[in-house]
Amino acid sequence: MLYIKCPYCGLRAQKEFSYGGDATVKRPNINEEVSSEDWDNFVYMRKSPRGKHIELWQHIAGCRQWIKVQRDTATHEIFQTAKVTEEIR
Amino acid sequence: MSQPFRLNKEGLINRNKKISFTFNGKKLFGYEGDTIASALIANGIHLVGRSFKYHRPRGFFGAGVEEPNAKLQVEFNGHSEPNVNATEMELVEGLSATSQNCWPSVNFDVGAINNFLKMFFPAGFYYKTFMWPKSFWYKIYEPFIRKAAGLGVASIEKDKERYEHKFEYCDLLVTGSGPSGLASAYAAAKNGAKVILAEDKPRFGGTLLTDDVSIDNLSGKDWAEKIISELKSMPNVTVKNRSQVFGYYDHNMLVMFERVSDHLEKKSKFTPRQRLWYIRAKETILSTGSIERPIVFGNNDTPGIFLSAAAKEYMKVYGVLVGKKPLIFTNNDSAYETALEFKKNNVEPIILDTREEHSSELIDEAKSKGIDIRFSHGVIVANGYKKVKSAKIGKLNKDKNSFEKIETVDCDCICVSGFWTPSVHLASQSGNKLKYEEKIDAFIPDKKKQHETSVGAANGSFTLEESLKHGFENGSNLSAKITETKKEISIPNVNEKKYGAHDKFWCMPLPKNENPKRFVDFQNDVSVSDIEIALREGYRSIEHVKRYTTLGMATDQGRTSNLNGLQLVSNIENKIVPEVGHTTFRPPFTPITIGTIVGREVGMEYMPTRKTPMHEWHEKNNAVFVDAGAWKRPRYYKQGSETLFEASKREAKNVRENVGICDVTTLGKIDIKGPDVAEFLNRVYTNAWMKLPVGKARYGLMLREDGIVMDDGTTTRISENHYHMTTTTAQAANVLSHLEYYLQIVWPELNVNVVSTTEQWAGAAIAGPKSREMLSKLYPDLDVSNEALPFMGYKESEFFGVPSRIFRISFSGELAYEINVKSDHGMFMWEKMMEVGKEFGNQPYGTEALSTLRIEMGHVAGPELDGRTIPSDVSLNGLVSKKKDFIGKNSLGREAFNVESRQKIVGLIPIDRKSSIPEGSHIVQDQNAKLPNPKLGHVSSSCWSVENNNPFSLAIMKDGKNMIGKKFFAVSPLKNKSIEVEVISSHYVDPEGKRVRS
Repeated sequence: MLYIKCPYCGLRAQKEFSYGGDATVKRPNINEEVSSEDWDNFVYMRKSPRGKHIELWQHIAGCRQWIKVQRDTATHEIFQTAKVTEEIR
Repeated sequence: MSQPFRLNKEGLINRNKKISFTFNGKKLFGYEGDTIASALIANGIHLVGRSFKYHRPRGFFGAGVEEPNAKLQVEFNGHSEPNVNATEMELVEGLSATSQNCWPSVNFDVGAINNFLKMFFPAGFYYKTFMWPKSFWYKIYEPFIRKAAGLGVASIEKDKERYEHKFEYCDLLVTGSGPSGLASAYAAAKNGAKVILAEDKPRFGGTLLTDDVSIDNLSGKDWAEKIISELKSMPNVTVKNRSQVFGYYDHNMLVMFERVSDHLEKKSKFTPRQRLWYIRAKETILSTGSIERPIVFGNNDTPGIFLSAAAKEYMKVYGVLVGKKPLIFTNNDSAYETALEFKKNNVEPIILDTREEHSSELIDEAKSKGIDIRFSHGVIVANGYKKVKSAKIGKLNKDKNSFEKIETVDCDCICVSGFWTPSVHLASQSGNKLKYEEKIDAFIPDKKKQHETSVGAANGSFTLEESLKHGFENGSNLSAKITETKKEISIPNVNEKKYGAHDKFWCMPLPKNENPKRFVDFQNDVSVSDIEIALREGYRSIEHVKRYTTLGMATDQGRTSNLNGLQLVSNIENKIVPEVGHTTFRPPFTPITIGTIVGREVGMEYMPTRKTPMHEWHEKNNAVFVDAGAWKRPRYYKQGSETLFEASKREAKNVRENVGICDVTTLGKIDIKGPDVAEFLNRVYTNAWMKLPVGKARYGLMLREDGIVMDDGTTTRISENHYHMTTTTAQAANVLSHLEYYLQIVWPELNVNVVSTTEQWAGAAIAGPKSREMLSKLYPDLDVSNEALPFMGYKESEFFGVPSRIFRISFSGELAYEINVKSDHGMFMWEKMMEVGKEFGNQPYGTEALSTLRIEMGHVAGPELDGRTIPSDVSLNGLVSKKKDFIGKNSLGREAFNVESRQKIVGLIPIDRKSSIPEGSHIVQDQNAKLPNPKLGHVSSSCWSVENNNPFSLAIMKDGKNMIGKKFFAVSPLKNKSIEVEVISSHYVDPEGKRVRS
């Protein structure tokens, strides 16, 4: 079970979180024209990297904030966590 | 009653307390502190089971977790448990143990015929033989093999025991209380660290209990006792025996299995049987020790053959002799200690040492005691079927592959030692890639991946001095980093015997023309020849060899067989062991009960039960409940001997004709506030929300970004910047997360707050033609006319002195209202409604009637919004705005969503107007068509239409809009039904929606 540092609450067990997928995907702006290719990429296309991956988790059984987690998909090592408004690099 | 193999004085058992038990029906006794194994051996019983494949007689081989053979069916404390390790299970009064995998008895086992047909059972036998004909597998081969093979029988009784889970945190977790574990725990505890010390066995001390050593002039056992009692007195230390750390998971979480009360005769009702600990440790010391491995020789599985350290443990811990005429077969010095222990108890052993004549401290001591030592010797084959009687031994030539001399010697047990294998399971599970250590011919941990440090024998250091030193150093350094305190500890003086080098010898050769089975893996009956066959047939990867031969599988996970198997493969392949590699170590280290994994999450505790504030009333009024997620909802209110069908029909009919009330508390409710709510809702819902006035509700449809309908519900504008959203019961949590996602991540610029208020409000729907009359009685001072409170209107008013919200919304399709009051007033509201409603013929209705009402109106719900439908599929495209953007809008233009023959919701009625159509039925053109019969759609919801008094169903059908009036078959192979149906509109009752507006 992973140990995830919520930027608001501190280190908490994975049980308290739910997974939210790739955090680098950006939704096309509302009320703006978008090509079907860009839209399809946004809805369906996801990378499945082996190694570092920036992903979203929601602290559903805690503060309910969505957070960013940089995790190694092969080893589960967590390098960094951040608020969604912050950058991970 | 005497115990022929019990020593008079030796041992740590309590001779003052006799414990009686039975084995295969025979009454026996042992002492407190015995295991089943030690008690049976004391009684001279060695034959305890039959092997997995050949049904060969098997006895005890080890004295703890390493035991591959002695798995028993054990009954105690009123339950029956299979595959119990006899070498681990402590004796309790009244326990009854029986042998497994034998019929009719362990003494005479019909299955043993397999042993004489063994040439027909090579590796891969089942794979090769039972391939053909295919149809025979399920009916003939598989049941037969299942009966013939296998271990114990799982009980089908309900497990009445209590199991618990516990979460714990610590600075340092120490796994194993041998010398290095004790030293680590002690040093860390002195530094003020929070320490958990876990010991699998009932007694602390590990090898200190059996090795002839002294520490600071105390015996090993006394020193261990001293350290343990000091640790127990420290408030920052938790010391646990009968507790095995069996798994190393991510981020330094380890899981421990504690046997709390299996060894107790009496316990309180609330004492759990076993407990699972989830331990998050900052640092972990792996002091799991090592396990002796055997040397492979002919018929090496005969009862009476033991690991040499196990034989010593039986003497020193249990005061039991495994035999009175022992052969000690070894390639190293440690077995000499076993020989000396026999000698001390007046038993004359013969030592067969594969090494050439040489000298060491232990060899010299054995010589000086007059023990018969034969160098360059080994056991070729054991004689005896149900018990060792003699052994053919040979003097090896210099090449160690042929014999100078062969003779037969009498013996009643053979104690074998092929050196030591560190228990690296936890290290490996932590992600540590192991490395092969030439010096000890075994794998040890390499670079650490998590916060784990292996010490002592688990790390390949086999001397006491080194183990203690590593333990103290690592315990001190690791804890000092955490507590920032470092206390000096003087490392004690140690007195131990020096071991000479071991012999890299692991398998006895066979003389010409002799071919007895030489087992590598006892539990799975894998012999040397099986591995040879696998390699001959082309299996190369050790993982494939494992799966083909089953080497190292099953409950003992190859603890005594893995390295010998690897040696064999590397010899045949002419590779070195590190090139062959090892198979993966997986948790759990030893089998644990399912009950422990489940813990308290059984029955009512499986998940939380959510009850509405009116639950007690429903109970008192014969409600039959149905689970809706964690909620309990009344399905129907049973009157007299009514069936579900009759009751739901009555309730639904009463709503259509008079008025009914329904508990709708479970609907998801989300309170939304902020200046940008209208803009937010406009993006979240498919329809327009910018112009919803205060005091009005609107029905809305929510999509996912891929265009699929996510949820529907109403949202009401309470005041300028305050809205109240309802969701379906099932989607409440998902919708909240969905809204939070967009507010926090996608559109953080919108000033909107959302919070769940599902539990804060109790809700009741009042539905039916007389609902307005009833409402006017409930709110005598309020104008509830169609003009003052029109469809989709909203008002706040006092309900007999209690603040309430009135929504004119309808799920039943009738004139209807929903009243919300604070949860605490829910029961008051409900009882008042029942009282006031009497004169209008009001009756409560449950979810079954609710479904009937919505289905015949053609209102969609979960079965239609099943994650595969877009708005037009369920005839809700009227709610999809063409003018504005919203979540999922761009996806609705996808080609597949717009083809002419796109699926669409329809209504179905049976041609005979009588036969109910099972939900889930497939719609086909021809009920007799050859399979696979092309599927045109499926039945999503079914009811008995109370309005038209015949069955009616909703279905999602390909090209649905062009199917009206056509006839098909709804077939349900599961219910074995095929019903001829006619397609009609999905709006069966009141298609214009006049009633809700009346």
